[in-house]
Amino acid sequence: MNAQVQAAVPVHEHHRDDVGTKIGMWLFLFTELILFGGLFIVYAVYRFKHPAEFQLAAKELDTFVGTANTIILLTSSLTVAMSITSIQEGRKRLSMLLVALTILLALAFLVNKYFEWSHKFSLGLYPQSPELLNKPQGEILYFGLYYVMTGLHALHVIIGMIVLAFMVVFIARGTINQRSFVKLEAGGLYWHLVDIIWIFLFPLFYLLH
Amino acid sequence: MVKAESLVAPVEPDFYHAPTKHRGILAWILSTDHKRIGILYLITMLFFFFTAVALGVLMRLEMLTPGKTIVEPQTYNTFFTLHGIIMIFLFIIPGIPAVFGNFMLPLLIGAKDVFFPRLNLLSWWLFLTGGLLALVSVFLPGGPADTGWTFYVPYSIRTSTNVMPALFAAFILGFSSILTGLNFVTTIHRMRAPGMTWFRMPLFVWSLYATAWVQVLATPIIGITLLLVALERFFGIGIFDPAMGGDPVLYQHLFWIYSHPAVYIMILPGLGVVSEILPVFARRTIFGYKFIAFSSVAIALVGSLVWAHHMFTVGMSNTAMFIFSFLTFLVSIPSAIKVFNWIATLYKGSIALEVPLLFVLSMIVQFSIGGFTGLMLGALAINIHVTDTYFVVGHFHYVMFGGTGFALFGAIHYWFPKIFGRMFAKKPAVISWILVTIGFNALYFPFFVMGYMGMPRRYYDYLPQFQPYHIFATVGSWILVAGLLIMAINLIVAVRRGAPATANPWGGKTLEWTVSSPPPAENFHEIPVVTKGPYDYSEYEETPLEAT
Repeated sequence: MNAQVQAAVPVHEHHRDDVGTKIGMWLFLFTELILFGGLFIVYAVYRFKHPAEFQLAAKELDTFVGTANTIILLTSSLTVAMSITSIQEGRKRLSMLLVALTILLALAFLVNKYFEWSHKFSLGLYPQSPELLNKPQGEILYFGLYYVMTGLHALHVIIGMIVLAFMVVFIARGTINQRSFVKLEAGGLYWHLVDIIWIFLFPLFYLLH
Repeated sequence: MVKAESLVAPVEPDFYHAPTKHRGILAWILSTDHKRIGILYLITMLFFFFTAVALGVLMRLEMLTPGKTIVEPQTYNTFFTLHGIIMIFLFIIPGIPAVFGNFMLPLLIGAKDVFFPRLNLLSWWLFLTGGLLALVSVFLPGGPADTGWTFYVPYSIRTSTNVMPALFAAFILGFSSILTGLNFVTTIHRMRAPGMTWFRMPLFVWSLYATAWVQVLATPIIGITLLLVALERFFGIGIFDPAMGGDPVLYQHLFWIYSHPAVYIMILPGLGVVSEILPVFARRTIFGYKFIAFSSVAIALVGSLVWAHHMFTVGMSNTAMFIFSFLTFLVSIPSAIKVFNWIATLYKGSIALEVPLLFVLSMIVQFSIGGFTGLMLGALAINIHVTDTYFVVGHFHYVMFGGTGFALFGAIHYWFPKIFGRMFAKKPAVISWILVTIGFNALYFPFFVMGYMGMPRRYYDYLPQFQPYHIFATVGSWILVAGLLIMAINLIVAVRRGAPATANPWGGKTLEWTVSSPPPAENFHEIPVVTKGPYDYSEYEETPLEAT
């Protein structure tokens, strides 16, 4: 009976169209880029208005931690790219391992970020702190943008980790396999986006001083 | 010809009666069928539309006399804020694309569904969530937002009303809009039937395509901007607050970088509907197909670069003002191309004066008035004089309501037989058209006069010399509402008791009319092969006299 009902339900025939799926993913990535683009505009305008204060405030950031995080993220992009190559070669276990490694690297990034932020907090540099409010306006804006932009990026890292965790499950279940891996490619694209946004955040906040 | 084919085809239940995976209401709210999602949007959107209409009518009633008529000033502020937020984010932006785009796009291009059906359902759920959040903000302690739909800082950071829920509502609705746009672009690229080349697509599809790109590329800006205001309100982070060095004018730029292109998200699908309806009732191929198709793209493109004409009085360099004014004038060219091509399509056509065409004809006149006053506003000297007056309010209501709103009424009547499989009664529909057209113009035309004389927008009180115009407009609002109610009742009655509709009651030539009304769950048994352009009425054109 159940099988009969199932058969009567008009099934939209599953035509596979990986190109279309990737078009959709790229469009979504455009929207993410423009979302951060708005923040880059705000940054550009305020940096133009307060160049000296932005330079001074940037000295408070630890270039070493920033560089370490940059290396971590770049490596994680490599591992996710390698996982796609491995699934294409049919090496399921290796592919899962590489995605898991990507998640671990993302976690390392977040741990670093946590210590970095809490260090700033202990120095009294957080929104509405008396310490920060006493500083010139350009520095208040700099730290406001610092928290918003790196915070929003960290949120994307977390979302990316969740997406990648699903990828591990899909590979384990065989939904993603040697012949059908467009989901993993889409997940990988998202992870590269998280990476490339950081590539712009890093010099803007850590290196320009 | 078409009828003979449908007789041969095996009898098949329409999509209302075809078996579904879930039962009862779940068969609707969990359905990934684009037709069911289109109807979900229709119902929710109409609910929000009538809520905002009620607020508008109350506002007009308040303006009947100077000083207090029915409500306090603070209530009036929340009225125009809610009216704006609901009308813009919940009615006119999703209106035509989400309802008729969803229902018709796959049918028009010969596909079985949109490319991402599940994403499509998610868009509706986000739409519903955002809408409910906006409504909930009314009843939370603190009262509804009173910032106007523009959320200008620093007031939106400091007011104690419920700005946060309204901000998040707009954010979530933006997400819904992005997903719809993304879905449509992919669908149009990948799912056209064999032979459906770009220049054989119906013009409504072209307008949806241009709209979808604007939705994808402009909406993220409003997302991040509103998010920044929310973060600033919640954490006190200094971004826009001038007390901490922030720049409120920068907020306005970011706001309009989205919200001006959003105006084209609102109007482009309406223009597409007109291009769709006209050839059917003129029994003629559309005049200048490629010009209309490309003008949609041109409007989307140039329209994305004119945002600062909303800000001529807030402080900008003269060079910037000249450029933005010039670009604004430029948008009028593709818009006028459309209007001229529509008129040329009607010329020497065999016009069938059916209800959809009536609404479209009103739309063309009103859209032209709205467009022309838009040019006046784009001219720097006049703009300074009429900024923030009723002139501006009159202008955008002529474009948005007189244009898109009437196009939407036309679309409802045009596709009603296809969507519900029944015909509506013509006489009440014509009466509603007469009342809505008279009411609309009586309501908004005095705005131009008042505005030019200096009546500021959003003011609770006014000088006695403006009262005759306000009375005129308020009476107009009553006529308009009477017309809307007759239209709504007529259509609701028709859904239940209308005469069954044939597959092609209007004589349309596009693909949706080749399937039964309402369409079967899978749309097409076999994907059709397209061999001709969309408006092939050559049989009317080649035999001028002998035919009759």
